[in-house]
Amino acid sequence: MSQTSPQQIEYNLKVVRQFAIMTVIWGIIGMALGVWIAAQLIWPELNFDTPWLTYSRLRPLHTNAVIFAFGTSALMGTSFYIVQKTCRTRLFSDKLAAFVFWSWQTVIVLAVITLPLGLTSSKEYAELEWPIDILIALSWIAYVMVFFGTLVKRRTSHIYVANWFYGGFIITIAVLHIVNSMVLPVSLTKSYSVYAGAVDAMVQWWYGHNAVGFLLTAGFLGMMYYFVPKQAERPVYSYRLSVVHFWALIGLYIWAGPHHLHYTALPDWAQSLGMVMSVILFVPSWGGMINGIMTLSGAWHKLKTDPILRFLIVSLSFYGMSTFEGPMMAIKSVNALSHYTDWTIGHVHSGALGWVAMITIGSLYYLIPRLWGQTQMHSVRWINIHFWLHTIGVVLYIVALWISGVMQGLMWRAVNAEDGTLTYSFVESVEASYPFWFIRFVGGLFIVTGMILMAVNCYRTIRAGKPTVETINVAPREAATHSA
Amino acid sequence: MSSFWSAWIIVLTLAFLVFIIWLLRWNMNNYTGIKEGELMDHEFDGIVEINNPLPRWWMILFWVTIVWGFIYLALFPGLGNFQGLLGWSSSNQEVRSLEESRTATEAHREAGLIVQYDREVQAAEEEFGPIFAALSERPIPELANDEDAVEIGQRLFLQNCAQCHGSNAMGGKGFPNLTDDNWLYGGSPDAIKTTLLQGRQGQMPSFSGQFNEQQITELATYVLSMSGRKVDPELAAAGKKNFAVCSACHGMDGKGNQQLGAPNLTDNIWLYGGSQAAIEETLQNGRNGVMPAWKDILGEDKIHVISAYVYGLSND
Repeated sequence: MSQTSPQQIEYNLKVVRQFAIMTVIWGIIGMALGVWIAAQLIWPELNFDTPWLTYSRLRPLHTNAVIFAFGTSALMGTSFYIVQKTCRTRLFSDKLAAFVFWSWQTVIVLAVITLPLGLTSSKEYAELEWPIDILIALSWIAYVMVFFGTLVKRRTSHIYVANWFYGGFIITIAVLHIVNSMVLPVSLTKSYSVYAGAVDAMVQWWYGHNAVGFLLTAGFLGMMYYFVPKQAERPVYSYRLSVVHFWALIGLYIWAGPHHLHYTALPDWAQSLGMVMSVILFVPSWGGMINGIMTLSGAWHKLKTDPILRFLIVSLSFYGMSTFEGPMMAIKSVNALSHYTDWTIGHVHSGALGWVAMITIGSLYYLIPRLWGQTQMHSVRWINIHFWLHTIGVVLYIVALWISGVMQGLMWRAVNAEDGTLTYSFVESVEASYPFWFIRFVGGLFIVTGMILMAVNCYRTIRAGKPTVETINVAPREAATHSA
Repeated sequence: MSSFWSAWIIVLTLAFLVFIIWLLRWNMNNYTGIKEGELMDHEFDGIVEINNPLPRWWMILFWVTIVWGFIYLALFPGLGNFQGLLGWSSSNQEVRSLEESRTATEAHREAGLIVQYDREVQAAEEEFGPIFAALSERPIPELANDEDAVEIGQRLFLQNCAQCHGSNAMGGKGFPNLTDDNWLYGGSPDAIKTTLLQGRQGQMPSFSGQFNEQQITELATYVLSMSGRKVDPELAAAGKKNFAVCSACHGMDGKGNQQLGAPNLTDNIWLYGGSQAAIEETLQNGRNGVMPAWKDILGEDKIHVISAYVYGLSND
C-alpha cells in the first residue's frame, strides 16, 4: 500500500465468515463431547466398551475441541474482523489468511482422528503428536504474519487496545507452543519430551497456565474491547486503565504457572514466585472487567432489552468471578484443599463457559448478521432463550462442582481424632460426588441445547441474507500515511 | 542452584516488580494531554475511549497486593537461593534417598528450621504414636478379635492396600486374595507381618527359550490337570515329562513352596488367571509379582495393626 492505493478498499470478510460458522459448529461438538464424558462419570457403560470412546481419549478431545476448535476459531475470526475495522485496512494477505483457516481446520480434524485412536503426547492441552504440532506452528506463524502485517499497514495513528490483547495472545501462544512441544520423535505417531522430571512438569504448566492466560484470557479481552463498546454504543471507560491492566496482565501471567504444582517436586522458590505473581495478577485481571462493565455507564437500561449485551456483560461478571477465584486457589493453603478436586474443574468451567463461551456467543450474535447483510439475528427472542439456557447451565455446573470439590477436599483430609487414620477412603469420596456430577451433567445439557438453538438461529439468519461486501473510502492522503 | 541462576532469578523478579510499580505510578498521572473525563483524541471504527483516572479502590488494591508480594518474598523462599526470614520450606528438597532424608530432617530440626512436612509428621507421631505403640504390644491373634483394633487396621488397609488388593481385600489379577486362607508366603501372624514389613518379590521365569509352543501347551495342560480340571489326558501326560523343571520351585507334587512364594498349583486358585491361555502366557512370558515393603512408609507399629486386620480376614 502506498501512493497508488485505491480510494476505496474492501474488507476481507470471507475468512471471518468461515471462522464464524466453524466456531458455532465446533462449539456444539466440543461441548457435546463434554456432556458425554460428564455422563460417563455417572454411567461408565456409555463408553460402550470401545477403546476410542473411553473417557481417557474423549477428555483430551473435549478440551482440544473447546479450546482450539471453538475458542481459537472464534479468536482468529474476530481478530481478523477487528484488526481490519480498527486499522481501516484490508488484511495483509488474503492467501495467508485462507491458509490460516484451512490449516487450522485441518489441525482440528487431525485431532478428532488421532486423539480417539489413543495417539497422544500426554501433555495436557498439548496432546497432539509432533507432526500435528508442526502444522500448528506453521498455521500460527501464518496467523502472526497476517495479523501483524495488517497492523503494520494500518491507516490509523494508534493501535486500538483490542489489538494489543490479540497481538499479545498471538505472539505468546507461538512461543509457548514451540517450547512446550519440543520432543524427540521415534516414529510418525510417537515422541518423547526433551524435558525430564520436574522441569517437564514446569514447562507443561508454564504452557498450560499461559494457554489460559493468553489464549483464554488476553485473546478474549481483545474480543471484549471491541464488541462491548460496539454493542453498548458507549465509549470505553478508561484509556489509562487499559494501559496498566494490559501490561500488568501479560507481564504477570507468564510467572503464574507454578501454582499448578504446589506441594510437588517443584522447588519451593518456584512455587512461591508462582503464588506471589498469581495473587498480584488478581488486580490487573479485574482491570479488564472494570473497563468492560463501566463502559456500560449511562446505558445500563439496555441490559433489560438487549440479550446480546446481557451475554457480554454477564460474561464479564463470570470473568471477574473466576479471576478472583483463581488467585485465591493459587494460595498454597487454599490450594492444599482445592488441588486435585472438582473445584479446579468448576473453576476452569466458570472461566470457559461463563467468560470465554459467553463473550464469544454475544460477539457472534453481533457479528453474524453484519457478515451476511442483515441488521440483526433471525430471532432476538431465541437469543434471549439461549442466554437463560446458558446462564442456568453454567450456574448449575459451577455450583455443583464447588460443592463436590470442597466436599472431596474435606473428605480427603478428614482424620479420625482417636487414631490419626484417614476417615474416608478415596472411593467413598467418589461415591459422595455422584449427585453433583449429575447436576453438572444437567448443566451441560442446558448449555448444549442453547448452542443448538444458536446454530438454528445462525442458519436462518445466514440463509435470509447474503455475504456482506463492506468497503470504506480512504482519502489518498490517509492511504499514504502509515503505509508499510 | 548455582549462584548465577540464583542471582538471575532475584534480579528478574525484582526488576519485574519494579516495572509493575513504575507502570502503576506512571498511569496514576494524567500524561495524555487530555483533561480527565474527556475523550481521547483517537477513534477506531467508531469506538472512542474516555481518559478516566484509575479507580481509586482498584489502585489501592494493587498497591496492597504488591506490598504483600514483597513481604511474602522476604519471609518465604522465592528469591533464588534466599531461604526467607522464617526459614520455612515445604519439605526436604534435594534429598535423593531415605537416608539423606532422615539426615536432613534431623539437621533441620536442630537448626530450628521449619520443614512443613517434617513438622506435620512429627506432630502426628507425637499424638498418635503412643496409641499404635500400645497396640503393637499385643499379639496379632488377640488384636484380630478386638473390634476397635480391627477397625483401625481396616482404615489403614483401605488407605494403603486397597489400591491393589481391593477394598474388600479379595484382590484381582496379579494381586492375591487375602480372604481365602490360601497364602503364597504363609498365613501365620509372623509371616503376614514379614510380608508387609519387607515386601515380596515373586519371580516366575519365562520358559519361552527352553520350551517350544507345543511343549508349553502340554505343560499348561498338565498344570490344569493337577487342579483336577478336565483336560486332554495325552497332552497332560506329555506335559508331565517336562514338569521336572517346574518342580524345582513348585515341588514334584506341585504344591508350591512358601519359602520361595511359589504358588500351589493343585488348588485351582490362580493369581494370573486359570484358563489354558492365561497359564500358557505365564509360562511363555513369566510373571513378576511385587509386594512393596511398607516398613519405611508406615512404620512397624501400624503394620502390626494391619497384619491383625489381614490375619482376621481368614481366621475368624
